[in-house]
Amino acid sequence: MATHEQYYVPAQSKWPIIATIGLATTLYGLGTWFNDLKAGRDESNGPLIFFIGGLLVAYMLFGWFGNVIKESRAGLYSAQMDRSFRWGMSWFIFSEVMFFAAFFGTLFYIRYWTGPWLGGEGDKGISNMLWPNFEYTWPLLNNPDPKLFPAPEGIIDPWKLPLINTILLVTSSFTVTFAHHALRKGERQKLKLWLAATILLGVTFLVLQAEEYVHAYTELGLTLGSGIYGATFFMLTGFHGAHVTLGALILTVMLVRILRGHFTPEHHFGFEAASWYWHFVDVVWIGLFTFVYVL
Amino acid sequence: MSAVIDTDTGHAGHDHHHGPAKGLMRWVLTTNHKDIGTMYLWFSFCMFLLGGSMAMVIRAELFQPGLQIVQPEFFNQMTTMHGLIMVFGAVMPAFVGLANWMIPLMVGAPDMALPRMNNFSFWLLPAAFTLLVSTLFTEGGGPNFGWTFYAPLSTTYAPESVTFFIFAIHLMGISSIMGAINVIATILNLRAPGMTLMKMPLFVWTWLITAFLLIAVMPVLAGVVTMMLMDIHFGTSFFNAAGGGDPVLFQHVFWFFGHPEVYIMILPAFGAVSSIIPAFSRKPLFGYTSMVYATAAIAFLSFIVWAHHMFTVGIPLTGELFFMYATMLIAVPTGVKVFNWVSTMWQGSLTFETPMLFAVAFVILFTIGGFSGLMLAIAPADFQYHDTYFVVAHFHYVLVPGAIFGIFASAYYWLPKWTGHMYDETLGKLHFWLSFIGMNMAFFPMHFVGLAGMPRRIPDYNLQFADFNMVSSIGAFTFGATQFLFLFIVIKCIRGGKPAPAKPWDGADGLEWTVPSPAPYHTFSTPPEVK
Repeated sequence: MATHEQYYVPAQSKWPIIATIGLATTLYGLGTWFNDLKAGRDESNGPLIFFIGGLLVAYMLFGWFGNVIKESRAGLYSAQMDRSFRWGMSWFIFSEVMFFAAFFGTLFYIRYWTGPWLGGEGDKGISNMLWPNFEYTWPLLNNPDPKLFPAPEGIIDPWKLPLINTILLVTSSFTVTFAHHALRKGERQKLKLWLAATILLGVTFLVLQAEEYVHAYTELGLTLGSGIYGATFFMLTGFHGAHVTLGALILTVMLVRILRGHFTPEHHFGFEAASWYWHFVDVVWIGLFTFVYVL
Repeated sequence: MSAVIDTDTGHAGHDHHHGPAKGLMRWVLTTNHKDIGTMYLWFSFCMFLLGGSMAMVIRAELFQPGLQIVQPEFFNQMTTMHGLIMVFGAVMPAFVGLANWMIPLMVGAPDMALPRMNNFSFWLLPAAFTLLVSTLFTEGGGPNFGWTFYAPLSTTYAPESVTFFIFAIHLMGISSIMGAINVIATILNLRAPGMTLMKMPLFVWTWLITAFLLIAVMPVLAGVVTMMLMDIHFGTSFFNAAGGGDPVLFQHVFWFFGHPEVYIMILPAFGAVSSIIPAFSRKPLFGYTSMVYATAAIAFLSFIVWAHHMFTVGIPLTGELFFMYATMLIAVPTGVKVFNWVSTMWQGSLTFETPMLFAVAFVILFTIGGFSGLMLAIAPADFQYHDTYFVVAHFHYVLVPGAIFGIFASAYYWLPKWTGHMYDETLGKLHFWLSFIGMNMAFFPMHFVGLAGMPRRIPDYNLQFADFNMVSSIGAFTFGATQFLFLFIVIKCIRGGKPAPAKPWDGADGLEWTVPSPAPYHTFSTPPEVK
């Protein structure tokens, strides 16, 4: 019993309440902003409130993670604590998987049920009587009601930018693993290079993704408002892009920490968690490339 | 970054024997699982009274046919907010509060695995509900589309406040996911040496499975409200057939969350009752292993039954059949549980203190709710029952004497451990009997009016339903008023009463009874050995 490690229970902390106030303020501001935009009100406090909330959240993230890093480097975390973090991160990633599952499920449901039914086929084909001229195809280049939802003129060719993006992300999954191996062997120089390469690949991905969006909006008429194809396309790729952005940010923080001499070959869960997250966004992309772009 | 650490943070790592901080900031800044559990429980009770007062408005309006007290628009806001507040504000936080208090004590852990995140999970709830409830006072009113917020009622035809409703749901979801991650990490990682998985109290088991359900479905809820947000503000057509979307899709995604959600609200009660019934039967739980597997089976099935909420919406016949049979399958593991509870009591030396009264009522009345659930599961019959008061009767029978009686039973069972005092047994029994009578009087007649065709979510009704509705309303007022008695009993128990020994119930079993009452601020800093 005496050999049992003491589990670290932190003392009081101000970060949770700051996080709550920050997050609630951000969302209140965002909601006010959205509502004012929709109602066509010219003056809105929304952006300001949103901005203040965002600052609070940023302050909290710096402070809270800073606190954890300090504690970790002071050696307060036992092996058992490390396992708590591992469980925490794993289940967080599982929750993210389920978040994307909702949108993938939506895509499948539309393609296998709703679409054909609206087009007059299958069990509920009777719904074709709503728009008798509608014919279902996927990609959906004609919408049931083109006045409300003008259809896109074309879609993104998967074998151009998206293919390059796939190569970029898959490569980055390898480079982050190389970085991890270098960290475990204590080869700091290699670690820095591979990690920097990973971030570079991620950022390039984001730039190309932005280019693709501009192309879709300006030349193809493929927008959020162009019916269910555009809706699912932008929802899935958009949330994925947001996750890549977050992942790249996390990896950048890791790079900064490594430059400051953090992490040892034995203790580096912060880095490992970041790499788990990065692999996760990579896997989501494979799903996207297959089901959104190619099939 | 400096490797030096300030004394404040370093202090806690080495010294677990100091007491709580003083004043209000103790609660705001705390990382202590008992403090956080207490806050969850009080928050839940406040929401219970708020959601309950909305139910009182509903029952007052339905006391007689015709429109007497409120306008239909406001009535809709009341039914919506009543449901949302009771589900997300009262029942779920109450179980998280119980989990916070009891899981570390039951597995011999010093605290929850991630104590700061634990406090964050709690404080998000008051923020979320402030955001949600405040919409009632805005121009255009609060959410009025029912707690299930079906599109297009909640998109095309929604009041402006729907945006804040969506963000409030996001906050609650973040809170639930973090809370669930904490519960899983605590159970999997912080058990005392010797506490194998199959030695864990059932409350811990049911919470482990509940936490898994939460992490699996709360993100899906976040997904569906995000799609609503996009439809409302950014011109997408997820739930609009004119753009190739589908309003029925909303229901699929919602109920994929919604059905596991109803088990999230009942599984922890199953666990608590599985501790309480053996304690007052002075016998070990009958069929522990089968209880664990039955819980897991119920959780698994909860993912493949969702469309039984949508039998009348127009799904293919194969779908109707699949979801009908899958739903009926749930009766098997649930039956295992009811059988085990009854067998635990069989030939036990039973006494009926307040926790046991609530627990026994739980078994009987939850089973009634289960039976009406079986009736609703029959797809062709459901075409008649759908959206009638029969459905309202059904889910109130599983939630009030199910979830809420489970919470009351737990509260009375563990109050001595929390406060160090025995509660007033006479008043506790009075609370039980008034709740029992009031609740049955309120909800039982709803079966009859429902079968006769009275629709739900309607402020006015046909004259033929008048008598039963009046009975329902009187029962509901009785039940509602009785809860102030509960408040009184709890406050009385906190302030004083007969000192409680470490183990006030002679048949009780578990690590939580090995620590003094009230439980010290820090327990199990050194883990106990479990044989």
